[in-house]
Amino acid sequence: MISVHLVLFLIFGAVCVAGAINLLAQSHPINSALSLVVVMGALAVEYLLLGAEFVAAVQVIVYAGAIMVLFVFVIMLLNAGAEERTKGGSYVAMVVGIPGLVLGSGLLAWVLVARSGTDAVPAGALSGSPKELAPLLFHEFLLPFEVTSILVLIAIMGAVVLASHPNADQKKENA
Amino acid sequence: MVPLSYYLILSGILFSCGVAGFLIKRNIITIFMSIELMLNGVNLSFVAFAAQWHALSGQIFVFFVMVVAAAEAAVGLAIIIAVYRTRETLNVDQVNLLKL
Repeated sequence: MISVHLVLFLIFGAVCVAGAINLLAQSHPINSALSLVVVMGALAVEYLLLGAEFVAAVQVIVYAGAIMVLFVFVIMLLNAGAEERTKGGSYVAMVVGIPGLVLGSGLLAWVLVARSGTDAVPAGALSGSPKELAPLLFHEFLLPFEVTSILVLIAIMGAVVLASHPNADQKKENA
Repeated sequence: MVPLSYYLILSGILFSCGVAGFLIKRNIITIFMSIELMLNGVNLSFVAFAAQWHALSGQIFVFFVMVVAAAEAAVGLAIIIAVYRTRETLNVDQVNLLKL
């Protein structure tokens, strides 16, 4: 019997894969960015199917919202056009890519053949609501949580320093 | 009921697409987006295993991965802006001063 969960998983999984392949196929970065937004939105639905409500909400707000807006903003700022294809292709891509592809498809085939009988993930058995996650995050993982706040602070300062114009101070003095 | 292997296969496909994009794309912004795609693939397997083993800490790890990805995106895009300012290009083949 086909359950609603399986149907939803297959639909949004197909959307995910289509978005990921479209990211590779498009030559203009803005099209790639928009297909990445589609992938992230579909992944949020997959998280909801697994009962991870908080993660799904954060996925939409942080990933599809904040990070992708940053990407689109930089594409606009740098006026990025369609990418130029270089002739001959990368040597490294050939040397690393083909064995990697073989390894990846071998792993996929192994999961499909040998592990297809694994237990079904019980839908909604594990509630990932903020109420259940908060004790974990603020008791057991308090130290990593505080460390990430320092990391984000350093990242903000680094981004401001790196993106600021090197001659901004001199120009101000001349003006 | 969806078997765990289905989630792992989807996660593997997303990760492979990320690796392929990282290798074949020549625009530095698209390469950066491929890295985000890889992180998303890993996050999906984290959440799937959390549901399978009834361990909520898997979802906490996804939260941390997202925080690190946000920090990485902010710094990485600032570096891309700095590179564009000095080299006037987004093509990684033309950013080759350190190549032999």
